[in-house]
Amino acid sequence: MRRRVPLTLCFIAGLFMAVQYFIPHHNVAAAYERLLLWLQTLLAFAFLLGTVSLVRVHYHKVRDRAPDRGFSIVMFVGLFLMLGLGFFHPSHHAPNSPFNRMFLSVQVPIEATMFSLLAFYVASAAFRAFRARTLEATLLLVAAAIVMLGRVPVGDMISGKIPEATRWILEVPNLAAKRGIMIGVGLGMMATALKIMLGIERAWMGGSD
Amino acid sequence: MASVTEFFEKFLLIDRRWIFLAIAIAVVIPFFLPLGLPVVVTPPVQRLYDAVDELEGGGSPLLLSIDYTPATSPELEPMSTALLRHAFGNGVRVIVMTLHPAGYGMAESAILAAAEEVGAEYGKDFVFLGFKPGTSAVILGLGVNISNVFPEDAYGTPLSEIPLMEGIRNYDDIPLLISLAGWSASEAWVYYAHQPYGQRVGGGVTAVMATDLYPYLDSGQLVGLLGGMRGAAEYEELIGQHGSGVRGMDSQSVIHILIIILIILGNLAYFVTRRQRKLAGEGT
Repeated sequence: MRRRVPLTLCFIAGLFMAVQYFIPHHNVAAAYERLLLWLQTLLAFAFLLGTVSLVRVHYHKVRDRAPDRGFSIVMFVGLFLMLGLGFFHPSHHAPNSPFNRMFLSVQVPIEATMFSLLAFYVASAAFRAFRARTLEATLLLVAAAIVMLGRVPVGDMISGKIPEATRWILEVPNLAAKRGIMIGVGLGMMATALKIMLGIERAWMGGSD
Repeated sequence: MASVTEFFEKFLLIDRRWIFLAIAIAVVIPFFLPLGLPVVVTPPVQRLYDAVDELEGGGSPLLLSIDYTPATSPELEPMSTALLRHAFGNGVRVIVMTLHPAGYGMAESAILAAAEEVGAEYGKDFVFLGFKPGTSAVILGLGVNISNVFPEDAYGTPLSEIPLMEGIRNYDDIPLLISLAGWSASEAWVYYAHQPYGQRVGGGVTAVMATDLYPYLDSGQLVGLLGGMRGAAEYEELIGQHGSGVRGMDSQSVIHILIIILIILGNLAYFVTRRQRKLAGEGT
């Protein structure tokens, strides 16, 4: 019974969401609207679940005096400070509120810095690992060089053929490969959805079977 | 020949901090000494520009979903700035929202800065709906009724009290939607807004993600696409207001050239040393 009820509900909801596209009736539209609201509410709980899980993991690290517990303490300070500023500060809605200022002055530069480090590592990795050892590697290397040049103004200056070649690479071989992958992924998603609806795939319910 | 091989062997073992230094110099110098390289507009950018340009001033609004996070903001913020300048410049009203929690601050700062620049009025020329979790559910929900998903704007005002939202119920009342994202949000808008509801969708994504969206561009599911900082620079060129997109193009040009030179030198060194090793092996 514990398994049959969620499986039945899953089947009915999945079937309804699939067939409602083909039934232009106001009652079906109303039920669809209601289901979407439930879905939004359910998805909002993912944040709560994530926060609880984060707190539990770091609480255990602090309690067990793990060697890197300092990071966990920083996490707690950041989490509760932002939660406090977001929930309890009287001007939390204002664009220049402490909550927003913390985000724009701390979070933005931290994330932008982390992401910008990629440029350094990509350059270093390209120098050390990008070798024309095989025909495939050579093709990849040549395509990468053309696209890199074609996506910056200096490519236009060197030759008008470089942006043209870039466009061809993006719109012909890239497109063909992407479409193949997307169709494969799409069919896989449909198969997985069917397996879940029919109760063949039950991992989403937790437990061992 | 032995000295050349020795040089290349040492070159292959170069301390990577020298590469980091070269990259840093290549990024920074063009900001102080601009090269002023010309930006040529590509068809995907032109198509998005045309779609925004067709919107009627004071008429149905543009829905701009600013779905990027701080990490990708250097590439995507120039896009939001250029798009908002274009829209406000044509008197087009704009509804801004985000599908990412970290996008809230990015969206708010972008829209407020652009509005201040042109003196756009909140509630009349633009509105900020804020963030709602549940990407697919939110996009599908907007197709039914916007006020189901966002009963209030980001500042707690009911949508029914906002003049701009008068007569705006769902996608039927929004002629164009643009998503700027450093993750799969633009694809989600295609899946859940264009396919079921026929909403016209445009996109702006990071350069590495642009290749993922070409299939949708080719099939007409995306009206246009801005790819990376180059896309932003092209849009700035089209609206005739150069900003950080065009400024960044000089640095990006130098960096790309530098990386290509590093790849060529790396390969040259690899093949010279390999050949020398083979010759040495045959000699013994």
